[in-house]
Amino acid sequence: MDVMKKVPVTEQEPKVRATNFEEVCLGYTKEEAMAEASRCLNCKNAQCVKGCPVSINIPAFIAEVKEGNFEAAYQIISQSSALPAVCGRVCPQESQCEGKCIRGIKGEAVSIGKLERFVADWARENGIKPAPAEKKNGHKVAVIGSGPSGLTCAGDLAKLGYDVTIFEALHEAGGVLCYGIPEFRLPKQKVVAKEIENVKSLGVKIETNVVIGKSVTIDELMEEEGFEAVFIGSGAGLPRFMGIPGEQANGVFSANEFLTRNNLMKAFKSEYDTPIREGAKVVVVGGGNVAMDAARTALRLGAEVHIVYRRSEAELPARAEEVHHAKEEGIIFDLLQNPTEIMVDENGWVKGIKIICMELGEPDASGRRSPVEIPGSEYEMEADTVIMSLGTSPNPLISSTTKGLETNRRKCIVAEEETGKTSKEAVYAGGDAVTGAATVILAMGAGKHAAKAIDEYLQGK
Amino acid sequence: MYPIVRKEKLADKIYLMDVMAPRVAKSCLPGQFIIVKMDEEGERIPLTICDYDREKGTVTIVFQTVGYSTTRMAEYKEGDSFMDFVGPLGCPSELCEEENLEETRKKKIVFIAGGVGTAPVYPQVKWLKEHGVDVDVIMGSRTKDLLFYVDEMKAVAGNLYVTTDDGSFGFHGVGTAQLEELVNGGNHYDHCVAIGPMIMMKFVCVLTKKLNIPTVVSMNPIMVDGTGMCGACRLVVGDEVKFACVDGPEFDGHLVDFDQAMKRQQQYKTEEGRAMLKLQEGDTHHGGCGHCGGDK
Repeated sequence: MDVMKKVPVTEQEPKVRATNFEEVCLGYTKEEAMAEASRCLNCKNAQCVKGCPVSINIPAFIAEVKEGNFEAAYQIISQSSALPAVCGRVCPQESQCEGKCIRGIKGEAVSIGKLERFVADWARENGIKPAPAEKKNGHKVAVIGSGPSGLTCAGDLAKLGYDVTIFEALHEAGGVLCYGIPEFRLPKQKVVAKEIENVKSLGVKIETNVVIGKSVTIDELMEEEGFEAVFIGSGAGLPRFMGIPGEQANGVFSANEFLTRNNLMKAFKSEYDTPIREGAKVVVVGGGNVAMDAARTALRLGAEVHIVYRRSEAELPARAEEVHHAKEEGIIFDLLQNPTEIMVDENGWVKGIKIICMELGEPDASGRRSPVEIPGSEYEMEADTVIMSLGTSPNPLISSTTKGLETNRRKCIVAEEETGKTSKEAVYAGGDAVTGAATVILAMGAGKHAAKAIDEYLQGK
Repeated sequence: MYPIVRKEKLADKIYLMDVMAPRVAKSCLPGQFIIVKMDEEGERIPLTICDYDREKGTVTIVFQTVGYSTTRMAEYKEGDSFMDFVGPLGCPSELCEEENLEETRKKKIVFIAGGVGTAPVYPQVKWLKEHGVDVDVIMGSRTKDLLFYVDEMKAVAGNLYVTTDDGSFGFHGVGTAQLEELVNGGNHYDHCVAIGPMIMMKFVCVLTKKLNIPTVVSMNPIMVDGTGMCGACRLVVGDEVKFACVDGPEFDGHLVDFDQAMKRQQQYKTEEGRAMLKLQEGDTHHGGCGHCGGDK
């Protein structure tokens, strides 16, 4: 074994997996996990922990894996994370824990994400659950949204003895874990549903089909239903479009719509009623994780898929692993290119897309080199489906119906970074509703900080 | 689960259901809608709220069987339950907000309901009656057998004008013809609300633009989540892209791009047709749907 290199993980063959929705990565075996764990240097001043938004004691759990003490490893992780089987699959480890790993200076970083996933999967298969609070404290807290931030906040508060109810607008709990991230990256029944069961086993109640701001307001929850504090983890909102001609044509979808139809409504299974457009040639516009998810989904539904992104490969915001997997599966990357118009046939359907080539200019305010159009480089590409994956802007339902809740210029809820405290007493917020679209683990970090702050607030009352 | 406590067949292919949904019944207002999902495999179907009983905790929905899912829904009986029922969604009708009442009372208002559009018009007219505002209502359908809620509407409307395209009941002709006749006969209207099939709303708007009557329409585009996440329900209003689920469903009818909205509504027609075929043919289905490969 080359100690400089990660123990490789088994994956479904690209050609095979491009035609099914089964999970791409098959995870480590016991032996592989123990071998990989032995690569950890067990640093005293562990940099990896500093890179983790929920500060998992990474060297400690890896030390237990090395010895084969998987249950002990699981208990260490669950002190900090409510969703380890999710994080082990979808966290951008290369820019967090693994990005800081000392092993990574000379060789490859320890495969922390895959080890976390192994431990969580092992615990699930062996029926190990996190331990609930010994004593309830009788205080009621409402959590809005059952995505990563809401589940984390609820789980942490329940462990402290709070009586927590999560309100979810959709018919299924999980938020973006259900409607957004596809089955082949994050299995719904096997992983997401089980992690939600774990949160419930801590005593958390989940009420689905309740749209806060419509079915009931935050003020009503506090004044009429006895909730003493509220955490808002309602996620991102309305999809953004480019504002180019032809964008309202049939066959142009937001990534949110395309993914929701497929993932939440299970359109890819024939026994489900919700239809989806199985294009023949699909163009996905954007370069983030959501764009990769939409592209790989369209591929699995049978299409030829192009990703059109206006910057170069180095600037792709998606995780390196997702880009790598997408390429392996046969997604075509058209980089440094930008759509200028969607061409529409006489019946209102997409028939193609006009694209202009770009080059990178001077760095902009974000420090990234901004793309500039190359004059005269426009060309046309045939396509029957276009999926816009350009991010989202905040949902107005809660901010517009809650008295005294401040929002910023971008209409995101204003909340203190360290505590999630908003401008309204006893109301906290975190995740995409505050930051705009970001990652699962950052939302979990926000949920965790807010749980701590809510506990301090209610204990001090 | 959300039990169906009453089911009635109102007319050919048109059904009414009272559904037990206390949270929705407590907070809904005229103009808003709900989303129902029948069972695990079902679609999320948006339907406007036709009535509600805050004390009993029930919400009344009316639907017409037009495709696969609504046909399947019509098979549900009293005592059956829907798996999911969420709402109220969308903004309430501006006419039915207490703070606008003083303004509303000054106006002469006409409602035009087409087909199953009678269902969402009814709670608005009823609410206005309860708040001392009498409005004129024109309700029309293709033929007598498709009419419903005539007596109920009569009880809450100031003047009720019923029309049928074939003349089998009431005024012979479409709603716009009736409106034109009323205006020509000396009736003046400050405000019009039109709810019904998109093509009917489009023609009402063409007329009211000519007659200079501000007109509100209620749009019912394709939706998935209905809470402002998927963007399926987007439509062009004036120069802006709006989302019917959070910005609507009511919009200024003179600014709506109906032609585009109607095209967008066709988006899943083929898929819907396949599903319908599967439902009608049941066990005898041997392909033709393009999905199962039974004909290969």
